[in-house]
Amino acid sequence: MANTILNVDGLHVGYRVYGGTLKVLDGIRLVMDAGEKIAVVGETGCGKTTTMKSIMGILPRQAVIRKGQINFKGRNLLTPGTEARGMRTIRPKGVSMVFQDPIAALNPVFTVGQQLSDVIKYSRGQTKQLSKQSVRDAAIEVLKLSALPDPERILTNYPFQLSGGMRQRVCIAMALSTAGDLLIADEPTTNLDVTIQDQVLRLIRNLVEEQGMSLALVTHSLGVARQMTDRIYIMYAGTMVEVAPTEGLFDKPFHPYTKGLLGSVPKLTGEGIGLGIPGRIPDYLKPPAGCRFYPRCEEALPECKDNKPELYDVGGGHRVACFLYR
Amino acid sequence: MPENILLINKLKKYFPTTERDRYVKAVDNVDLALKRGEILGVVGESGSGKSTIAYTVMGMYSPTSGQILFEGQDISCETSRRPMPVKKDLQIVFQDPGTSLNPQRNILQILELPLKVHRLADPDNTIRKVIELLEMVELSEEYLYKYPRALGGGERQLVAIARAMATGPKLMILDEPTSALDVSVQAKIVNTLIRLQSELGMSCLFITHDLSLMRNLAHRVAIMYLGKIMEVAPTQDFFERPLHPYTQMLLSSIPVISKEEETLKPDRITAHGEIPSPVDIPPGCRFHTRCTLAKDICFTQEPDAIQIGPNHSVSCHLFSED
Repeated sequence: MANTILNVDGLHVGYRVYGGTLKVLDGIRLVMDAGEKIAVVGETGCGKTTTMKSIMGILPRQAVIRKGQINFKGRNLLTPGTEARGMRTIRPKGVSMVFQDPIAALNPVFTVGQQLSDVIKYSRGQTKQLSKQSVRDAAIEVLKLSALPDPERILTNYPFQLSGGMRQRVCIAMALSTAGDLLIADEPTTNLDVTIQDQVLRLIRNLVEEQGMSLALVTHSLGVARQMTDRIYIMYAGTMVEVAPTEGLFDKPFHPYTKGLLGSVPKLTGEGIGLGIPGRIPDYLKPPAGCRFYPRCEEALPECKDNKPELYDVGGGHRVACFLYR
Repeated sequence: MPENILLINKLKKYFPTTERDRYVKAVDNVDLALKRGEILGVVGESGSGKSTIAYTVMGMYSPTSGQILFEGQDISCETSRRPMPVKKDLQIVFQDPGTSLNPQRNILQILELPLKVHRLADPDNTIRKVIELLEMVELSEEYLYKYPRALGGGERQLVAIARAMATGPKLMILDEPTSALDVSVQAKIVNTLIRLQSELGMSCLFITHDLSLMRNLAHRVAIMYLGKIMEVAPTQDFFERPLHPYTQMLLSSIPVISKEEETLKPDRITAHGEIPSPVDIPPGCRFHTRCTLAKDICFTQEPDAIQIGPNHSVSCHLFSED
């Protein structure tokens, strides 16, 4: 397909720790078309951020990419490396990322202006020499795009002088200043209040649509994913358990995990709260041999214990990794 | 016995800043009543003073002015000056179970402390009592000698709830008990809380920023903004007929997961602006800086709470008589 922008296939990533390797990602598949907005949804510790960091090539040192492929705009980003260190990643051009915690993403001892100019100089200045004034103009322009009032003043502010919502907007501005083809937003609104969350999400969506970028949104909130995206990947313990167009997923979830997750969300209609999902995420040192959801699954079949389910097509672009739907 | 187990009267809590005569007005003239056996949800954005109310009721701060009555008894003072029976009847569960449980103590030690302090069990009976407490929150005996670090977030929070339940409190304050947890875990905690509350007839003050959670849990909901209560109503009425522009703004900002829910959201108001600093509270109605429906009077005069229906009151000039 010509318009596939990102293609992650069979990605296995682990973390070396005392006593072994945490086998976190277990054969992740993720395909994105140009201009598409997708969400990766899952609980804490299921590998959402690890997936995105692998694509960005910013995994921490103890991470090991064991096998897999990441194709961005037709170019393979992974190159074979040593046995112990795993594969090496080429950092892609045209991908930018907004992180969860803006206070950690911004440097507290430099002003917003200094940090923003650095990014602009680095990304745009490689091809031609930029004057101070043009860098400043570019910075002001992206701050304006991010709906920040009074951008001249914000350039001279330190991150601690800004509120949480404004800090996140600065991070979005920073991501936009290198604007390319893909924006990865890793839980961009988890630390924000609902009214601010609403504003930041609308901002991200408008900017992505205006600039014709693709969006990969990482979130644990199904509501946010529904509001923002065309397609949703449900992730559990380092595996993709369900992929579906947003509408289809909420109309008819298939995987027992997705059903459990949807049932646990408190609803405005006040129909009570589901029972939740008993148990917790498996130990990544010794993950289950078969389906990783098997120990918590109420509809488990005997074969789920030792065999890994593939993604089975259930129609309408909806695919589920569960033996129940083979 | 008075009908209200907790009555908060014109409560103010100001914190000093580094400048003279400037204060962080965290709680500014709050009136609130909690009925016996009721779950009251206090909802607001961060910085609206929800937790300050909880901590002042618990006696972690003494109020700047105003009164807190617990079963008719004045408890507007710090914990150290409160009588033991009051301390026994008032318990709190904090937001982050990772920091509210002592990492150096095992679950048995954590849960036996309140029993010892309030002399609720004989020394030879303590373990049995602790096991009962664990059973109450559906944790097995195996947990007795585990340490908090060996537990998941949800289990830790269940231990924190068991610790609060140990003294058999009449009023339990829950300060965002599930906001650090995943939804699948939250469901379990909330269901346990609902069961305990209805079995034991406790009253609960549930502090949260999650309105959809309150829809399924609370009997009444109070909305706080910048240290003041903007709207109080019984849950059903509150969600079917939200009146205050701020309430509508909150409701319309909630991301939902079904079309039925979508229809319940007021679409008149979209969110903009941010909560101002509680040091410089805007004059007049404190919400006017973000309100799309503000009139002239809103810029100068602070609205009083107006009774709209039974138990439904709202602080907004749009609903005043003239």
